[in-house]
Amino acid sequence: MQNHWFVSPVCALLLAPLLLGIVNRTKAFVAGRRGPPLLQPYWDVAKCLRRGAVYGNATSRVFRLGPVVNLASLAAGLLILPFGGIAAAASFPGDLIVLVGLFALGRFAIVLAALDTGSSFEGMGASREVHFAALAEPALLVALATLVRVTGVFSLTPVYGAITIATWAHALPTLALVAVTFLVLELVENTRIPVDDPTTHLELTMIHEVMVLDHSGPDLAYIQYAAALKMWMLGSLFVGLVVPVRSGNPWLDGGAALLGMAVLAVAVGMVESAMARYRLVQVPQFIVGAATLSAVAFIVFLV
Amino acid sequence: MLSLALLFLGGLIAIVFRRRVGLAQSFGQIGAISGSALGLFAAIRVLIDGGVQQVSAAWPMPGGGLHLQVDALSAFFLLPVFGLSVVTGVYGRSYLAGRGEGSAATWFHLNLLTAAMALVITAHDGLLFLLAWEIMALSPFFLVIFDDRTASVRHAAWTYLAATHLGTVFLLVLFVLVGGLAGTSDFSGYAAVLRDNPALSSAVFLLAVAGFGSKAGIVPAHVWLPEAHPVAPSHASALMSGAMIKVGIYGLLRILTLLGPPPTWWGWLLIAIGASTGVVGILYAVAQHDLKRLLAYSSVENIGIILLGIGVGLLGLAEGTVTLAVIGFAAGLLHVLNHAMFKGLLFLGAGAVQHAAHSLELDRLGGLLKRMPWTGAAFLIGAAAIVGLPPLNGFVGEYLLFYAGFFGLVQAPVNVGVAGLIVLVAMGLISGLAAACFAKAFGIVFLGTARSREAEEAHESPGPMRWAVAILALLCVAIGAAAPLAVSALAGVVATATGLPPAGVRASLASVANPLGAAVVVFAVMVVVAALVWALRAWRLRRMGIRRAPVWGCGFQQPTSRMQYTASSFAQPLTTQFRLFVRNREILIPPSGYFPAASSYASDSGDPFLRLLFAPSFRWFSRVISRMNVVQPGHIHVYVLYLAATLVALLIWASL
Repeated sequence: MQNHWFVSPVCALLLAPLLLGIVNRTKAFVAGRRGPPLLQPYWDVAKCLRRGAVYGNATSRVFRLGPVVNLASLAAGLLILPFGGIAAAASFPGDLIVLVGLFALGRFAIVLAALDTGSSFEGMGASREVHFAALAEPALLVALATLVRVTGVFSLTPVYGAITIATWAHALPTLALVAVTFLVLELVENTRIPVDDPTTHLELTMIHEVMVLDHSGPDLAYIQYAAALKMWMLGSLFVGLVVPVRSGNPWLDGGAALLGMAVLAVAVGMVESAMARYRLVQVPQFIVGAATLSAVAFIVFLV
Repeated sequence: MLSLALLFLGGLIAIVFRRRVGLAQSFGQIGAISGSALGLFAAIRVLIDGGVQQVSAAWPMPGGGLHLQVDALSAFFLLPVFGLSVVTGVYGRSYLAGRGEGSAATWFHLNLLTAAMALVITAHDGLLFLLAWEIMALSPFFLVIFDDRTASVRHAAWTYLAATHLGTVFLLVLFVLVGGLAGTSDFSGYAAVLRDNPALSSAVFLLAVAGFGSKAGIVPAHVWLPEAHPVAPSHASALMSGAMIKVGIYGLLRILTLLGPPPTWWGWLLIAIGASTGVVGILYAVAQHDLKRLLAYSSVENIGIILLGIGVGLLGLAEGTVTLAVIGFAAGLLHVLNHAMFKGLLFLGAGAVQHAAHSLELDRLGGLLKRMPWTGAAFLIGAAAIVGLPPLNGFVGEYLLFYAGFFGLVQAPVNVGVAGLIVLVAMGLISGLAAACFAKAFGIVFLGTARSREAEEAHESPGPMRWAVAILALLCVAIGAAAPLAVSALAGVVATATGLPPAGVRASLASVANPLGAAVVVFAVMVVVAALVWALRAWRLRRMGIRRAPVWGCGFQQPTSRMQYTASSFAQPLTTQFRLFVRNREILIPPSGYFPAASSYASDSGDPFLRLLFAPSFRWFSRVISRMNVVQPGHIHVYVLYLAATLVALLIWASL
């Protein structure tokens, strides 16, 4: 498995925007529309890269650095993220802490960029983002902690390598609850319904979109691409757990994981079609509820 | 060598006594910098050589001895004390310029504080320790009361004095108790009585947690920090927050080295105190409107993180899990050093803001990054470091603690596993809230547009103040980049603090230093990617051009800077969610009618512990005490009578 380290980052870098395409296509299908082409997110990124930028009068260098730092931190995270049973490029004890730290760094950069505009709307989005993130971070840690307790190692690649069908049989309720937590985090962290609506057009109700209102040109391209990457990364934490195909054959394992990602994207699309958004005050309950599920899972495994 | 440094410091302090001389500033500064630099080198040499330096001298007073000792633990805690003292020495002169004769007194007390802290850390004798402790506790009072014409400042100073003496009471009991049993006031004698006496050890442990904890600022004894830090001169706040509260941690660790083997519940107690102190501290920090109050509450949070590390370490010792013990202690110790760097930096930065914009009220600042690029950039590094973001030093300390949490998870004993989970959840919540807090602090103060005329006319601070923050910012980056080295270097200190064999400690630290090396490589890749992405962006924009325009205002064309999101609105969702703990008082007069006239909103983030716990109990106390006034009529002849009566009573007692 050692020599397949490039699989996870390459797949993520190439296929992440496709995930968004599948989500949008699913939503359109359920609503009876034809929908945008599957590759539309790629065209969006490419188009933004070709444009110049417009900057707000108040902005400083922090505004320009935000999208760059965000993208770089997520890209570095790809080095330690396994893809299903395929090992990551780097694996060391405690690499999950590094992953959580990189997520936090990217978010901090985007939040500061939003505050740099001096716009009230973006301040509002930044405030909501840090609020939900402060709750989502413990939720992610509890979920990872439970997996660590189940597998007995604390590095992402061995943890995911150890999740086999036998592990599922051994700790079914625990792993199922953790999977639910990951799914909720996938929705929370990636501006999906029922937490945030990526297609909304009312600034007062947005979270992530309102933070990036004033970004344009290459900066916006970076933000869109980084958003796709983040969705891919959190998604692969979920898929690696629920698709326990660990044959040792990279084609089989990778193929299963890719299929899992596609199914996840369809599922997210279905959730978006079937649910309405929560009111903002209910979102914290949603996240804390997800964290509680994993805490319960942990206790279930202990007794 | 060490006493030389101390004497040097002490001698130069005396020079500062020459108040009225205009040279007082220079002498104070030279004394602080040279004395501390010398002390710093001495401490580093002890750390590198790994030996123990001792100085003993005759002591003219009864019941104690002048016995100083510097082992690795002392030397380690001397680093933040002397290091910050050097930096604040560089900073202080420009900061105090134009403050008149008060500045000489400030220098005197600042240097006295440094010397007293060094003495506390090196003292190897109970009486000497208490004496130095009292000097260390008193000199900040005079720093806090710097601006003594304002009522709120005097109030803050009294709060500090009351809080610090409440803590000292516990220490007095501790040292009298142990000293009485041991028959000596020398620490070596203490260890002899305590080693084999679990009950006494536990009692001493509790007294130490209460006494040293109140100095360090554990909840609910934290109330003096947010009162005292904002009103002291900023470099004094930096020294108090970066170094003085750590002396409380030192005291706790020193006592721990004297005690017998820890039972499990010691670890649990510290984990509980650490977690609650951390979460409560950062929640209050999020709610603050005043930059230095916010920083003071964040110090409370960081003390919580340090105690969490020590608690995990104690649990590891009690359970016999050496690696857990080593990593827990290492996390706590490294965070002591890191916090001194970034909190010192942030307080000095806040001082620069106050110097430039004449306000610390978050909602009167804004847009300062463009006017103060150096201070702003350093403040950003400090903010990112304190949040624990990679690749800075804050991340390294928190990595160790998270690592300890995960390491605990995979251990067989259920209680260690649960402790690991608690550490992870508490640290996750703390770091998430810290991100919110410092996004707010940096974002509202330095980004956006100015919210007041003073902020608009702000200017970059003078050279030495910039250098001071730049040095600390560089240190934050350097420790982050050299993370594995920094962690391995802790071996001697951790071995002294835990009493474990050095070889085992080194092996355990290597088990976490090696992964950190890999993490540093990941961060290096990140920096390279960022550079590439930045270059791509610059290349595209050179071809396509940049335009400037007003930000999107939803169609509104005349936005003013006062329409920006404010500090309170930024924090409102969090304070509302955690209203159980954060009791913001809000006064709202909503607009009403078709043509609304005046409407207003005010919120006040007072400390419920001060309001609901301490204020009532102190009122009760003062009612009781005031009854005693009867015996104090204020006539000298009555007091003379008391003296005579006491003498007679003593004589009778002696003759019995």
